[in-house]
Amino acid sequence: MELWFSEHHTPDVKLSLRVNKQLYSVQSDYQRIDVFDSVEFGRVLSLDGNIMLTERDEFIYDEMIVHVPMAVHPNVKKVLVIGAGDGGVVHELTRYETIKRIDLVEMDEEVIKACRSYLPENASRLDDRRVNIYFENGLKFIRKCEDVYDLIIVDSNDPFGPAEGLFTKEFYGNCYKALKADGILVNQQGSPFYKEDASAMKRSHGRIASTFPICRVYQAHIPTYAAGYWLFGFASKKYHPIDDQDSERWNSLNLRTKYYTTRLHKGAFYLPAFLEEMLKEVE
Amino acid sequence: MEERMKQLDQSRAPIYEALEEFRQMRVVPFDVPGHKRGRGNPELTEFLGQQCIGVDVNSMKPLDNLCHPVSVIREAEILAAEAFGAENAFLMVGGTTSAVQSMVLTACKRGDEIILPRNVHRSVINALVLNGAIPVYVNPEVDKRLGIALGMKREQVANAIKEHPNAVAVLVNNPTYYGICSDLKAIVKMAHDAGMLCLADEAHGTHFYFGENLPISAMAAGADMAAVSMHKSGGSLTQSSLLLTGKNVNPGYVRQIINLTQTTSGSYLLMSSLDISRRNLTLRGRKIFKQVQELAEYAREEINAIGDYDAFGKELIDGDAVFDFDPTKLSVHTLDVGLAGIQVYDILRDEYDIQIEFGDLGNILAYLSIGDRVQEVERLVSALAEIRRRFKGDPSGLMTQEYIEPIVVASPQEAFYAPKKSLPIMETEGYICSEFVMCYPPGIPILAPGEKITADILKYISYAHEKGCQMTGPQDPKIENLNVLDI
Repeated sequence: MELWFSEHHTPDVKLSLRVNKQLYSVQSDYQRIDVFDSVEFGRVLSLDGNIMLTERDEFIYDEMIVHVPMAVHPNVKKVLVIGAGDGGVVHELTRYETIKRIDLVEMDEEVIKACRSYLPENASRLDDRRVNIYFENGLKFIRKCEDVYDLIIVDSNDPFGPAEGLFTKEFYGNCYKALKADGILVNQQGSPFYKEDASAMKRSHGRIASTFPICRVYQAHIPTYAAGYWLFGFASKKYHPIDDQDSERWNSLNLRTKYYTTRLHKGAFYLPAFLEEMLKEVE
Repeated sequence: MEERMKQLDQSRAPIYEALEEFRQMRVVPFDVPGHKRGRGNPELTEFLGQQCIGVDVNSMKPLDNLCHPVSVIREAEILAAEAFGAENAFLMVGGTTSAVQSMVLTACKRGDEIILPRNVHRSVINALVLNGAIPVYVNPEVDKRLGIALGMKREQVANAIKEHPNAVAVLVNNPTYYGICSDLKAIVKMAHDAGMLCLADEAHGTHFYFGENLPISAMAAGADMAAVSMHKSGGSLTQSSLLLTGKNVNPGYVRQIINLTQTTSGSYLLMSSLDISRRNLTLRGRKIFKQVQELAEYAREEINAIGDYDAFGKELIDGDAVFDFDPTKLSVHTLDVGLAGIQVYDILRDEYDIQIEFGDLGNILAYLSIGDRVQEVERLVSALAEIRRRFKGDPSGLMTQEYIEPIVVASPQEAFYAPKKSLPIMETEGYICSEFVMCYPPGIPILAPGEKITADILKYISYAHEKGCQMTGPQDPKIENLNVLDI
């Protein structure tokens, strides 16, 4: 018997993984949550049929969204993570002893439940004493924060579903307000390859660029995401992602990583010509 | 007919059912519309979908005829009448404008007086242009701080009736655009005691018939006619509407009046949307409007927590000029943020991709209804918080007054058809206007035909223009010139 999970990256392109078995499926108030055991990628979490993470390649995403800002900001104490109910981002953050508090805001409690049961490695640090979990709409949570956080990480679903509010100008503006004067906002910025993804990416980049004085995009190669090619946004009131990178400080922490290095950090901000052009259009 | 009606209940939707049956019969069309189920217009079919264009059909025996309904349309009307507690209901395909006009044209004729608040929709005064009836305006009370017109006080209506005993009808907004209701039951009684009809413009009140803890509906209050915008809070397609009548009104005469101006090619898309929406509201309306009320209450709390904004609600109720308030309406006073409502309206659309219903000088109105979810409300609230953070300014110098009492010199019909001349708008002070000037939305006239142009009105128009209001009405699309009576 052959069992395949397919995700459409466009109406005409799909990615399929051969599945050993489906481990879990539930319809929450917001979305359908599934966990599969796949042959090549290990366990897979999917929300509304879109792959959120696989055991095999999630390290790339989590390392790139966490270590890049952590190698720039010299003194991160309070972090807000929005989305990311799988716990992977929190897992990376808890490796920094200097971080005193991590607020995790996840709209859908069912995601965290599913990950605690079926992706225990990812979710293992959700019980760290520094972590506070809020089951709330991210847009609502951040509306009430002012001058609180050193770092905000937005690890959301794509902008066509329940996470749409996390790609809006009002959200980025509220992030600006919630950050301290030297705060950094990092978000998953989607993929620039397929047309619909690219236009969503441009829209949200334009909105961030009109909100923050410093706004750059960096890239990573993630096999199970659309086109295998993914972008992150780096926005800040003060720090430049390359000029203010402190490689020495970061390397002295001796954090073992599988993807991120301080050399790759710089390289990730050097973008292909077509993408540079796309970004320029909206900046 | 009687036999068939016995089998009908509110879970049926006769027009919808007939269309489904008709679709399956695969009838060969040698009649209009010429697109022939979409085949002749592939681009339109691609855009709207085969499902939709396939039921864009003409009147025919199995589908009845809107001009003289005897089968499925009639059944849909009988069901609608029952659902709304009316004696008769008429499906309308020319918007609530056509329902309002049919109501006014039924109630009065040339030379008759009709008592109404001045903050009516343009469609009411348009009807007076058509039939030559004379408006007797009751000036609504005004909330000075918010700058909005309220309802009519009982005493004002009583005085108007006393001063104009020959008037034939009283028209009431139930509610106003902002959700404000007059004491409809008392006004109905006063009108009936004086031998007048009571008409209600319920363009913003469809949900009153189905929800709980909402203001009284016109039919429940005993009004004789009501124009109900099903396409607003009721969820049907744009341009579909209902006209309801009570037992004092002859339904055959109403049908004749409707047919004076209504199309003979009534759209089945619109009619089936009315039918399906009526069914949905009777079966699920109570639950739906409870949710809408909760959402609006939540939005009010969150918006008021931002600071400076005033999302007002039931606290306005004073037992008379604000006899009741529609809690599904989300109106926000913006002046204390230092921004005119119209500015907030524009910023929401231009910078945040949020389209609200309208903004006027001091307020915005976000329309909440059957299709809203909390996610979108969070966006609206957050965007308002951002607008305050980014643009907060000094509120002094902002104009509040939304309502200016008109000086009526001639009847709307007289003024509209009188000899006239065109003058640069700023040179028209003291003249009598022969056309409408209004901000759209909400479409409540600043000037109506027959009203004197005053310095206050000109100041208002230029201020609204400067703040970015979309102005409509006059012949000159740029509204640089105005037609005035040439006397």
